[in-house]
Amino acid sequence: MSLLVLVAVGSPLIFVVIEAVNAGWSPARALLHRPIAGVLIWHTLALTSLVTLIALVLGFAAAFLVERTDVPLRKLLRVALVLPLAVPEFVQGFAWVSLSNNVRGYWGAVLVMSCGLYPLVYLPVAASLRRTDPAIEEVARSLGHSQWSVLRRVTLPLNRAALGGGALLVCLYLLGEYGAFAALRFQTFATAIFNEYHVSYDTASASVLTLLLCSLALIVVVGESRVSRHASPSRANADGRVAPILHLGWGKLPACLGLLALLSLSLGVPLAALANWFIRGKSSSLPSTSILSDTQATLAYALVAAIIATVAAIPLALFSWRRRTRLARAAEQGAYLTRALPGIAVGLSVVYMTIHYAQPFYEKAPMLVAGYVVLFFPLALTGVRTALATVPRGIEEVARSLGVRPGRVLLRVTLPLMGPGLGVAAALVTLSASTELTATLLLRPIGTQTLATRFWSYTTGLSYGAAAPYAAVMIAVSVIPVLILARRGARA
Amino acid sequence: MRRAVLGPIATLGIAGALTACGSSTPSSATSSGATAGQSLKGQTITVYSGQHEETTKALTSDFAKRTGIQVRLKSDDEASLAGQLLQEGSVSPADVFYAENPPALTTVQEKNLLTTVDASTLSQVPADASSPEKDWVGVSARTAAFAANKSVPAAELPQSVYDLTKPYWKGQLGLAPSETDFAPIVTKIIETKGTAAAKAWLEGLKANAKVFESNETLIASVDKGEIKGGLIDHYYWYRLRDEVGANKLKTTLNYFATGDPGTLVDVSGAAVLKSSKHQAAGQAFLAYLVSEPAQKIIATSHSYEYPLRPGVQPSAGQKALASIAGFTSPLQLGNGKSALALLQSVGLL
Repeated sequence: MSLLVLVAVGSPLIFVVIEAVNAGWSPARALLHRPIAGVLIWHTLALTSLVTLIALVLGFAAAFLVERTDVPLRKLLRVALVLPLAVPEFVQGFAWVSLSNNVRGYWGAVLVMSCGLYPLVYLPVAASLRRTDPAIEEVARSLGHSQWSVLRRVTLPLNRAALGGGALLVCLYLLGEYGAFAALRFQTFATAIFNEYHVSYDTASASVLTLLLCSLALIVVVGESRVSRHASPSRANADGRVAPILHLGWGKLPACLGLLALLSLSLGVPLAALANWFIRGKSSSLPSTSILSDTQATLAYALVAAIIATVAAIPLALFSWRRRTRLARAAEQGAYLTRALPGIAVGLSVVYMTIHYAQPFYEKAPMLVAGYVVLFFPLALTGVRTALATVPRGIEEVARSLGVRPGRVLLRVTLPLMGPGLGVAAALVTLSASTELTATLLLRPIGTQTLATRFWSYTTGLSYGAAAPYAAVMIAVSVIPVLILARRGARA
Repeated sequence: MRRAVLGPIATLGIAGALTACGSSTPSSATSSGATAGQSLKGQTITVYSGQHEETTKALTSDFAKRTGIQVRLKSDDEASLAGQLLQEGSVSPADVFYAENPPALTTVQEKNLLTTVDASTLSQVPADASSPEKDWVGVSARTAAFAANKSVPAAELPQSVYDLTKPYWKGQLGLAPSETDFAPIVTKIIETKGTAAAKAWLEGLKANAKVFESNETLIASVDKGEIKGGLIDHYYWYRLRDEVGANKLKTTLNYFATGDPGTLVDVSGAAVLKSSKHQAAGQAFLAYLVSEPAQKIIATSHSYEYPLRPGVQPSAGQKALASIAGFTSPLQLGNGKSALALLQSVGLL
């Protein structure tokens, strides 16, 4: 089962390897010896490390404040803090560019990407904070540890799996990102790969570059697992007790203002830019009623993909969690690598696989869903993995020793304990899939439009006013999965 | 229009009176489409289009109305579509590929995936606007141009692409070398002045330039005054003017002097795929694209491309194509590999 999932989500990687082998090393060597190559690699590394660090700090701080303290407005913030994920990267990037002449290059990219990607840390950490047993922290406090020391020595290590998973996603996103950097005039390895496809029409040498990007990703993935592996086996919040709320006292207001500032940068700026395009643009018109069917299509594809990706992630995550062998870990790590592949590489590989091995589905709905599942499987895996990290080890053995059959153990014990994490997995996939563009354009059934493809169609004609409502609806509809998620999380 | 158009000009005499309405277009292409229309009616063709989506939609629905042939339209970036066609190979569901630039068609052509276009279709547009192998037909054209912020004094406006290496443009010049219109200019310079001169020119540009990933972001920056000017395709200026409003626009559109390598006229073409199961219907679509009604839709649309059919006027206010330059032949542009290699060696790509 796990093997099947692995082969399915790893297929783009196989495709890239085959293409790269066909090309051989000489085009890659030529590409790597050009003057710009060093700059690109340096850009990629410098950006990835700093943004990941900032996203970790922001994501953890935000999650801790809304889950564990009495910061004002926390119910509202809990939902709102996820929403920047629903802003497509190209909107995120172009919003800043259209409002300011100063957000450009490295620092511009750091600012925009940190604002856009911190929810990838915030979501798993918030879920993990809800699930961990407050008793451990209470014990530490009773032993005379200060609040700060408990946070550093107990809370952080307890949530290491969630932090690691989130950081991993941020890193991989940055390695493969194109749209935002294109707007910010910042060139990375991924923009170079895109150029190979776009300017040279050379899938083969693009594939060689993609493989190099994958080896960077591999270093990240292995590094992360080294850190997360030593995570202390955490205890789930078995009796459903809610962690005590930390009273911030005079710190209440600054904390709340800080979170609101984060929101105004990550959500306010794109919304302001959209409003600006709409008010100023001559092409602005209220979108036709087709926006309803576009929205429906967008959500339907994203939701189906989210369910499939989450269900598919369960066996792989369970396999790695139960066995804890080197092979199991390698399987899990391999599944993450596809996240660093540029959308066009994944899209073309799904095209190739479908037309040659599943032709009846070619340019039909299942092809697009398959593309989303492959692209966003790592997000689902992170969600599921975070959920498992808070399931007490040995609980399955206990259930089985009481005479419950393994299938029932999974249904009655393991899965319910994973509940909120599964919700996180599905929400992450839904949000990301509903804003995806590159693969959607390639894989969608002919005649189908999603909100992202409409947005694209208008912006390529510079009709920003007409495009703005589609991006606004993209953000608005994402409130639904986020709300469901927040409610589920609170109940569990 | 200098040559090779004498034949069509004869028909033009009638159509050019403009009183003739679209349905009575005397072109052989539409009439053959009309006779074949009886058997083709009810067929459905699949078109992969890298062209401006709204304009293409207007074209396909008008085509369906006239011929009864339905069109399934897939719009995407032309590079993605070319990549997709290569992966699909002989089992492609596509019947027609309507690209934005010759290199996309050349890429598909090199894999032997295109079929010959009907001679009656090719004869409707100037011969040097179509593929020398006769396997794609030119439909519309765009020109390279220079967008300048209004703060640039007339004396500093470049007459030639060689002027762009002047100190005035230091840090003020926008380039989008990954856009498809840039490499052909480099190819032209390599062809006329040699590789060494082209390299020196590119190095001069690089010292002055800010590099953009797309023409859309480039022209927006010119309009905001973040840079003073940049090389673009002419239609980006018109599209920006429509969005910002002519009175608020802070950018002017300028052309290089006649004969300069910067006066590039680049063709968008369409082809029927060899693997298509609807060869006749595909050819009928190509015939339609160069017919008068289709060319008029292109001329009046928001895409602001030049129609190629002699006698169809470009949208009001556009400088006549013939006064800018002749077509840059696809043969001359080749596959553009030498230009790419040069762009990469100086570090612009």
